[in-house]
Amino acid sequence: MLGRILRWGAFLGLVGFGLFWVTTSPKTVSIEDLAGLTSDAEDGELAFFAAGCASCHAAKGAEGASKLVLSGGQEFPSPFGTFIAPNISPDPVHGIGDWTQSQFASAVLKGTSPEGAHYFPAFPYSSYNKMSRQDVVNLFAYMQTLPPDATPNETHQVAFPFNIRRNLGGWKFLFLSEDWVADASTPELERGRYLVEALGHCAECHTPRNALGGLDKGNWMGGAPDPSGKGRVPAITSSQLGWNAADISEYLKSGFTPEFDTAGGHMVSVIENTARLSDEDRMAIAAYLLALP
Amino acid sequence: MRRSLIAVTAFALATGTVALAGGHGGNPAVKARNAHMSLYAFNLGILGDMAKGTTEYNADVASAAASDLATLAAFNQSNYWPEGTAEGEVEGSRAKAEIWTDGGGAIEKAKDLAVAAASLADVAGNGLEALQGGIGPAGAACGACHKAYRGAKQ
Repeated sequence: MLGRILRWGAFLGLVGFGLFWVTTSPKTVSIEDLAGLTSDAEDGELAFFAAGCASCHAAKGAEGASKLVLSGGQEFPSPFGTFIAPNISPDPVHGIGDWTQSQFASAVLKGTSPEGAHYFPAFPYSSYNKMSRQDVVNLFAYMQTLPPDATPNETHQVAFPFNIRRNLGGWKFLFLSEDWVADASTPELERGRYLVEALGHCAECHTPRNALGGLDKGNWMGGAPDPSGKGRVPAITSSQLGWNAADISEYLKSGFTPEFDTAGGHMVSVIENTARLSDEDRMAIAAYLLALP
Repeated sequence: MRRSLIAVTAFALATGTVALAGGHGGNPAVKARNAHMSLYAFNLGILGDMAKGTTEYNADVASAAASDLATLAAFNQSNYWPEGTAEGEVEGSRAKAEIWTDGGGAIEKAKDLAVAAASLADVAGNGLEALQGGIGPAGAACGACHKAYRGAKQ
């Protein structure tokens, strides 16, 4: 009898481990997935600014042209530890200069490194996974034109158990989805949704998270504690923001609120990016936000 | 008796907290800072509404607002920023601790604003396009300081 229980126990344990192993295994994008796409570095520049890559991957305090040197090093405190942005300049040793297009796509769309490890979701692949394949290859082509930098990567300051990368497969299983959150009934709303939910990854800061760090989609863009632990990131739904489309578009262009206060903190970096979008794109973002209840 | 004492104490605490949050208590330096920022915003609002086309351009009004803005930006604010008034240290402050620790970076940013505001004051009366061209650098100077030195809303 006891032997039977033990055998069953071992069997179920193996099944459980097998399920864990399968559900937590890193996913990748293959060369075939990108077949037929021709990259355009110029279009990639727009994706680069819309996706805000430099806001996190430029060196701390970088301004102007030095924001295009993606040497990493900025620190991002969170309840799970402090993440340090890596070097994603085209340096072949310390950056991503020796990556293939499909390795880049796996990183951006699946959150999987070339070595086959999970990235921490501080890298917002839970938004970027909705990026079009075309934008991914364009972005890769553009980023290869940026200046290389040989700054070595720093190790994230993340404690047990969050430092076990395999477990991030479980996080992805629970929280990663390629579905859109909001409906979009017009081309403008679709464009706005793409800019907000995919490239702009606005929800990463403006939507609250559950205890495991998954986004609370029932409270979409409802505002959240600032990850630094001080203050709050404001709600940006139409009812809570109380701005019209022109107000939102102006803010994303000049940084001025309707009361002529200006953006502060990390949002200033965001506006340095959205200022480079077209008026149509800024109005599309406004339309999307105004359509949120 | 005891119950009413608790009620009175609770009421006193509650109103005290509300008064503090409303700024009737509050740190005078923080109040002065916030008031100064309100004056920036008021004058920028006059100029910004003209620049955006929300209100009609008026050279005299624009000149007056830009001139006041330049005067405000040239204030010697050294007494506004005593140590111990960073965010978390006193009520109502969103000033990051780096203001006092990063070796005068905030003062440099304040000087940048003074330069941008003076340039804006020089041109604000010269027509709508001149105003539109001058307000951008002033806004950028506001944003540059807020990016580095202003914490998130409480």
